[in-house]
Amino acid sequence: MELSDSYLERYSRHILLHDVGVEGQEKLSAAKVLILGAGGLGAPVALYLAAAGVGTIGILDHDLVELSNLQRQVVHFTRDIGAPKVDSARQKMLAINPELIVKTYQDYLCAANIREVIDGYDFVVDGVDNFPTKFLINDACVMAGIPFSHGGILRFDGQTMTVVPGRSACYRCVFRTPPPSDAVPTCSQAGVLGAIAGMLGTIQATEVLKYITGVGDLLTDTLLSFNAKAMTFRRVAIKRQPACPVCGERPTITKLVDAEQSVCDLKR
Amino acid sequence: MNTLVVVDASRNLRGVSCPMNLVYTKVELSKLRSGQVLEVILDNGAPINNVPGSVLKEGHTIISQEQLADSAWTVMIRKK
Repeated sequence: MELSDSYLERYSRHILLHDVGVEGQEKLSAAKVLILGAGGLGAPVALYLAAAGVGTIGILDHDLVELSNLQRQVVHFTRDIGAPKVDSARQKMLAINPELIVKTYQDYLCAANIREVIDGYDFVVDGVDNFPTKFLINDACVMAGIPFSHGGILRFDGQTMTVVPGRSACYRCVFRTPPPSDAVPTCSQAGVLGAIAGMLGTIQATEVLKYITGVGDLLTDTLLSFNAKAMTFRRVAIKRQPACPVCGERPTITKLVDAEQSVCDLKR
Repeated sequence: MNTLVVVDASRNLRGVSCPMNLVYTKVELSKLRSGQVLEVILDNGAPINNVPGSVLKEGHTIISQEQLADSAWTVMIRKK
């Protein structure tokens, strides 16, 4: 393919990188990445993937933009209040990079639809705000063999890990089941420092770009967490568990079901 | 000495400044197979001072570089 001068100039800072080059940029152009959640984490991921020229970006979120989102969900602007988050995010991604294909899904993620939604994507980014859906994303991605980046933030803390099904530990190898619903506060109850959404989301976006281009070592078999008050980062080595109920030797979870406290049930 | 080198591709980068001259050099190299030779014409000054070094860092070989009458340089690069 003959690359246009504007393509080469837009992506020149990638192409100049020895590890990325023209070939890496063409891989990004051909890639399909799905962002689950257009909130604090999904916002920076969407902006950086669009800027990086990931050719096809899917984004899922049921919600409308609210005033309280704007403190951290930097893809949404004041004028977007009341609009579907996926539409707001799509508009910004295309404003950065009009050549992209952006697919929007204004829906909740449920056992009934996740298989269909993730089908065909090369990589999935977990930017959802509740544990049952994080487990659902893990289970569906492991079953479909689609790599994904787990991410979560609360107050001043963030954690992330990258899962390559069949090759590295999955979320359930580390955390077997969702915590009891009354044990975990949400961002709306506990608060969250806005900028840590950017800290964690940009780590996730970096993992996407590394996976697609094949550059470097992924955050697999490793749980990275940080505390922004002390600004300390911790890497915990983790291993695939032969007894893992999803990716272990004798899986007991073989089909997708909604957890009791699923967002689908809570909000409908 | 240049006359003995078979050039597989050539790109005139006169008037193209840093870093786009390196971007175009990398694009041309990506089209070649290992061992093939690319000739690029680079302006005197920053381009000739920067591009060959970056090409070397990526593992390719600079076969020769010679200044032309208009002060630009012809640089022969063998792809790694």
